[in-house]
Amino acid sequence: MAQQIIFFVLAAIVVIFSILAVTSKQIIRSATYLLFVLLATAGFYLLLGYTYLFAVQIAVYAGGVMVLFIFAILLTNRPGESLKTELPVRRIAAGVTAIAGLAFCAHIIYYNVKKVSDLVAQADITPQQLGHTMMGTDKYQYLLPFETISILLLACIVGAIMIARKR
Amino acid sequence: MDILNNILAGQVPMELYLGVSLIMFFAGVYGFLSRKSMLMILISIELMLNAADINFVVFNRYLFPGHLEGFYFTLFTIAIAACETAVAIAIIINIYRNLTSVEVGNLDQMKE
Repeated sequence: MAQQIIFFVLAAIVVIFSILAVTSKQIIRSATYLLFVLLATAGFYLLLGYTYLFAVQIAVYAGGVMVLFIFAILLTNRPGESLKTELPVRRIAAGVTAIAGLAFCAHIIYYNVKKVSDLVAQADITPQQLGHTMMGTDKYQYLLPFETISILLLACIVGAIMIARKR
Repeated sequence: MDILNNILAGQVPMELYLGVSLIMFFAGVYGFLSRKSMLMILISIELMLNAADINFVVFNRYLFPGHLEGFYFTLFTIAIAACETAVAIAIIINIYRNLTSVEVGNLDQMKE
């Protein structure tokens, strides 16, 4: 029973704050609401038993990405100025697009997704298992994507410095 | 009604997780289409990526317990999202330095 209560609290947080994040007039508030959504997502990972993903989500998103957002907002936003949105016609079109897509996908999920509700018990993922899966080259092991990510991170560091430095 | 019975029986069904990520994704779509500030567009993209991450994890946990594919996809997606945000914010700050504004409507001035 506790699991359902935690799930519904987290789901309410995600739904309310993700809608507030895209409709808020002040950008710093939007960033704060996004932070709440990311933390609730981390809660979902914990609820599903993936403690490592929980830690990564908190450290990378709620730590790193949010700091970047706050810095960018403080560097580019004049205080006290509320945000402009698109013209009302564009906003209505955006709302219609979102609601139509939502209804379409909800219909598909409700009628076509197999009704799986029993959570099969799963042993905790040990650090050894994680390391072997990340560092192996066999089937279902991920050394190549891991190294590709490291090169991508390097390219991002170089690119971000090149773009943002003063000439 | 199936869903209601499952909830009362003591398990959270998979569709509820999918529904939550669905609402998060389309909130992102709405924000992406309706806002003018580039930072708001970036926040909307983060919401959409996060919804995709939840879907990977939920499908992995419910349909293939014991496997780790969805887990690793989510791990790599989080890393790529962090990269993408860093580069996008560098570009936005550079644009602000040139145009003193971060609205998408002014962006075509960058051509001059």
